[in-house]
Amino acid sequence: MKPILLVDFGSTYTKITAVDIDSNTLMGTAASFTTVETDINEGLNNAIKILEEKIGKVEFQETYACSSAAGGLKMISIGLVPELTVQAAKEASLGAGAKIMKSYAYQLTKGDVREINQLKPDIILLTGGTDGGNSECILHNAKRLADLEIDVPIIVAGNRSCVDDCEELLEGKQVYVCENVMPVLGKLNVLPAQQMIRDIFLKRIVQGKGLTEAMDLVSDIIMPTPSAMLTAMELLADGCETDRGVGELVSVDLGGATTDVYSIADGSPTSLRTVYKGIEEPYAKRTVEGDIGMRYSMMGIVEAEGIGKVSQLSGLTVDRTKELLKYLDENKETIPFNEDLEHLDFALASIAVKTAVMRHAGSIEQVYTPMGETYVQSGKDLRNVKNVIVTGGALIHSKNVTEIASCALFSEDTPGSLRPENARIWVDQHYILAAMGLLSRKYPSAALEIMKREIICYGD
Amino acid sequence: MDKKVLVIGVIGADVHAVGNKILYHAFTAAGFEVVNLGVMVSQEEYIAAAIETNADAIVVSSLYGHGELDCKGLREKCDEAGLKGILLYVGGNIVVGKQPFEDVEKRFHKMGFDKVFGPGTPPETTIAELKKDLGVA
Repeated sequence: MKPILLVDFGSTYTKITAVDIDSNTLMGTAASFTTVETDINEGLNNAIKILEEKIGKVEFQETYACSSAAGGLKMISIGLVPELTVQAAKEASLGAGAKIMKSYAYQLTKGDVREINQLKPDIILLTGGTDGGNSECILHNAKRLADLEIDVPIIVAGNRSCVDDCEELLEGKQVYVCENVMPVLGKLNVLPAQQMIRDIFLKRIVQGKGLTEAMDLVSDIIMPTPSAMLTAMELLADGCETDRGVGELVSVDLGGATTDVYSIADGSPTSLRTVYKGIEEPYAKRTVEGDIGMRYSMMGIVEAEGIGKVSQLSGLTVDRTKELLKYLDENKETIPFNEDLEHLDFALASIAVKTAVMRHAGSIEQVYTPMGETYVQSGKDLRNVKNVIVTGGALIHSKNVTEIASCALFSEDTPGSLRPENARIWVDQHYILAAMGLLSRKYPSAALEIMKREIICYGD
Repeated sequence: MDKKVLVIGVIGADVHAVGNKILYHAFTAAGFEVVNLGVMVSQEEYIAAAIETNADAIVVSSLYGHGELDCKGLREKCDEAGLKGILLYVGGNIVVGKQPFEDVEKRFHKMGFDKVFGPGTPPETTIAELKKDLGVA
């Protein structure tokens, strides 16, 4: 037996997962409140105690951790044109597991710099211009950022012709230079910047988040939780050397404050009659909907489809719906304790999944030209994706989880939204995805085998 | 790195891709750095691409006869977006029906295009003009 402990320091809960990588089995999971303010080990030790009550005392040989505590990895991304380098910088940050506090296009003003001082990001990603392209904007922005009062790592990933000048302008700051996020117009190159973000997160940020105390217990690898999720999704889709994956997939993590959607899929146009517009999409893509969540961002869900739709889906009257929404707003930790609340949560979750996946997926438009009809696609075409994976407390404990998950699928009433047409639904019932992402860094085949066994699959 | 940068594409709802590919290869072979936006390109896309790549010229193609409508306002938008004075070329079958080329040329000059090329212009002609206007030996 070789037991390994995987820890996820969340902002409210510390979740732990124990696995045995000799038999590739899940030993158990447990959760306890996170205590960043006092000592992060307290939450971890409590969770271990709960776990030991379930599975007995275990001597763990290795421990790995991911964290979204203290607000997660907070970033500012800066680019030139909104649809081009600004978008590329956002993709790079999101894919590295960051939360984007704000992104800026074109020239920064002194007011923007004051705002950044107040936002106190963990990392700033400065981009702009293709290689050999515009240099004026990034140089201007580097000069502005030199006036920042806060001490924050700045990654320069823009036009390579002027990175040296940017470095000089930012002298005295923590500057990291890496490859351009968009070296050629429309081509995305996010991996080098993402690697840099992860390195900085490890070296500098972990200490600031009160996580150093936990380092005595944790042997290696601390990464942002969404980054661990994305790693797990890639492994499940693509497989590893010893075992095949399940193929292209879309995954939804429905939380209390935000909803994350991941897709591991190519997504390019499937027909020659389709013209693609916009920048290239990353194969492993993550989007975060800050206004879609089951409690803190509940009103965003209601706004997305209207109170009428919430009432219709839940089978409650509009007045009763409003009343319960008000109750949930005042009692954010509520777990449904009666039928009405269960119905309301069902409606909220259904709309949340639909809205978040629609925003993540690409869209297609039929256009009539003098030469006949043609199609214009932007974003990823996920219609041929055959797997949808759902996770997050509100989903995995719901009775109607498959019905909610099917809201991620293609629908006749929104034919322009390129969501999966026909997919198996997988439910992360033990909430182990992030843990498996951590495990996969060193033991990919064990992580893949456990995921394939423990995540239940409905339909084929 | 000191190659002159051209942004090219077929404007509007026009999906004629063959001439666009030919121009891409011809301009590249002539020593330009070519950013090809393909077909069905909106005015905003030309401008965004030109800003990000610090382009020296925008070369607009059109074959389906509706080019005149599609091109209106492009110069003004370039000015607004900070691309003041960028070289603007247009070429192809850019107007409806058979009209005297001198009239067409005059109208497109007035719209702010520096050079206007009629149907059947060989790439060499455009390349020669580009080299002259951009000061390439």
